[in-house]
Amino acid sequence: MMDLLQIFLNESFWVASLRIATPLIFGVLGALLCERAGVLNLGIEGIFVVGAMVGWMTVYAGAPLWIGVLAAAGGGALFGLFHAILTVPLGLSQHVSGLGITLFATSSASFLYRTILPDVSSPPRIKAFQPMDVPFLSDIPFFGPVVFQQTAMTWLALIMVGVVWWVINRTPLGVAIQAVGDNPDAVNAQGLSVYKLRIGAVVAGSALMALGGAFLTMSAFDAFFFGMVNGRGWICIALVIFASWRPGKALLGALLFGMFDAFQVRLQTEAGAVIPSQIFLMAPYVLSIVALVFVARKAEYPRALLQPWFKGHR
Amino acid sequence: MMRIEPRGAISRRMQVAIPVIAALVALALAAIPLAFAGAPIFPAYWQMFIGVFGSVFSFTEMLTRATPLIFTGLAAALAFKARLWNIGAEGQLYLGAMGAVAVGTGLIDGPAVLMIPLVMLAGAAAGAAGMLGPAILKTRFGADEVVTSLLLNFIIIIFVQMMLEGPLKDPMSMGWPQSEPILDNAALPRLMDRMRIHSGLIVALVAAVVAQIALNKTTWGFKIRAVGENAAAARHAGIGVNRTLLGVACISGALAGLAGVSEVAGLKGYLTTDLSPGYGYSGIVVAMLAGLSPLGVVIAALYVASIFVGADSMSRAMGVSSFLADLVVSLSLISVLVGGFFARYRIKFTGKAGDKS
Repeated sequence: MMDLLQIFLNESFWVASLRIATPLIFGVLGALLCERAGVLNLGIEGIFVVGAMVGWMTVYAGAPLWIGVLAAAGGGALFGLFHAILTVPLGLSQHVSGLGITLFATSSASFLYRTILPDVSSPPRIKAFQPMDVPFLSDIPFFGPVVFQQTAMTWLALIMVGVVWWVINRTPLGVAIQAVGDNPDAVNAQGLSVYKLRIGAVVAGSALMALGGAFLTMSAFDAFFFGMVNGRGWICIALVIFASWRPGKALLGALLFGMFDAFQVRLQTEAGAVIPSQIFLMAPYVLSIVALVFVARKAEYPRALLQPWFKGHR
Repeated sequence: MMRIEPRGAISRRMQVAIPVIAALVALALAAIPLAFAGAPIFPAYWQMFIGVFGSVFSFTEMLTRATPLIFTGLAAALAFKARLWNIGAEGQLYLGAMGAVAVGTGLIDGPAVLMIPLVMLAGAAAGAAGMLGPAILKTRFGADEVVTSLLLNFIIIIFVQMMLEGPLKDPMSMGWPQSEPILDNAALPRLMDRMRIHSGLIVALVAAVVAQIALNKTTWGFKIRAVGENAAAARHAGIGVNRTLLGVACISGALAGLAGVSEVAGLKGYLTTDLSPGYGYSGIVVAMLAGLSPLGVVIAALYVASIFVGADSMSRAMGVSSFLADLVVSLSLISVLVGGFFARYRIKFTGKAGDKS
């Protein structure tokens, strides 16, 4: 019991929690933006892969890290635009289109990586984002290292929570995005373009998702591996529902998830001899399903989620 | 102004033409990545063609690849027909393989007439259980089956790993995480000498015919279609929607489970964690290309298998990454979706041209 308490008191646990949460924060925010506008984006898993590959490759080619981040966002936005065209003006099944985008994005990224780097046995590395060291603030006991020794991308994720919250809740654009996910006819009656709002939200959301992928190759690790996204995108889709489509709760959900994952890794080293390690590896996915089941009944989906809208149809 | 107008009923000819055109478009689009990889385009296509139709061996390899795809394609087609989004065929495939291995590696022994059905039954039951879970979570708690069945794929593959390092581990495997071999009399017989093609293909074809009849000629099939088209109306008409969904979930999971049985008892002989290169996910593409028709699934599976086998051969000969196959398969899915749109709607340009909306 003392051992468990020790885990929570150790600042490295909290540093790890926030680090694990970072790609999920990007992913949940991105998925949230798409769904608030009425479009489910199951392309998320593939868009993560694209972000991871493009960001890493850009830096590997010699560009500065932040240009890599921008390139990742651009790559995500591009696949997001594709998903948006398929699901918004063409009104195709958001489920199938999203899965198609995931397959297409994953295979494109993998094909590009393999074509540019044909015979690398061990993945080449880049100089990734390093933990920040803010004078004085990092020296605050406990709180200092946890918040101020993260990489810049974690800060970016936290800032994006505020930005997305502000846009959705405090700007006319946000009101329009929410309305287009609840009642597109009303938005159209106001003289706003349903298509433009939905496409815009999906493109912006996909760019955010790609940043989650970029974090993996440019901050958490310094190389690109096939299969490194490993379901993180799908976990975000579950977390959005858990977060009731609210940015603040999305941050909370991602943090809880990060804490749980950091905790299970530490528990594994304590109890690894008794319990097979795979039980711990399964835990994040099981947790996501459990969280989903708990909130499913009272989840208030955006009312027009999954519903295509055509101009001039009633 | 641009207007999108529904066309009304889709003709039979259109239903066949769309996937064919989509498949051809996807193949043609492969020229872009081929050019990017610096491969000579036409020789590359020729190599892909030869890689499938060049010899009896390569052709039977394609049929061998198509076998699990028919099963997973049927799994997706039946579930999607009821609008049950089973994206978990990959996991159910592994459950099926585990079921087969649990029964077929020495737990019981008997003549082949007994063992083969038993192994298939065990695999089908394990696969069915794999989709029944998400379906119950959907009908009881309203949890989105897309997310739960997807996440279950990851859980199951880790579970397989655990089993292969534990109870199912072959003590003779020199430490490799693999199961004991399937007994000879539990294995699905080979169809040809010196070829890998096995009788799993026959089972898959029978399953497709049965599914075609069940879907179109039985009350059960009618219920599935009714639930898929409009669940509220079906409920109003007295159809037990949840019951139907749970039933479809079981059948769909069982079919995906049979893909695993066929791979492990027909082809590989033992279970490892790389049994499937994503057949569960490719099955979704197969089902969509087939327009969710069970017999169409057979044709679509042959096409997807040809892409995989042909692109493999081409990539070995020309040094192009074999991810090209995945690229073409994913493009086929997107093309058939877009094709479906143009079959259902026409775009009319009226009034001010250039004013996009």
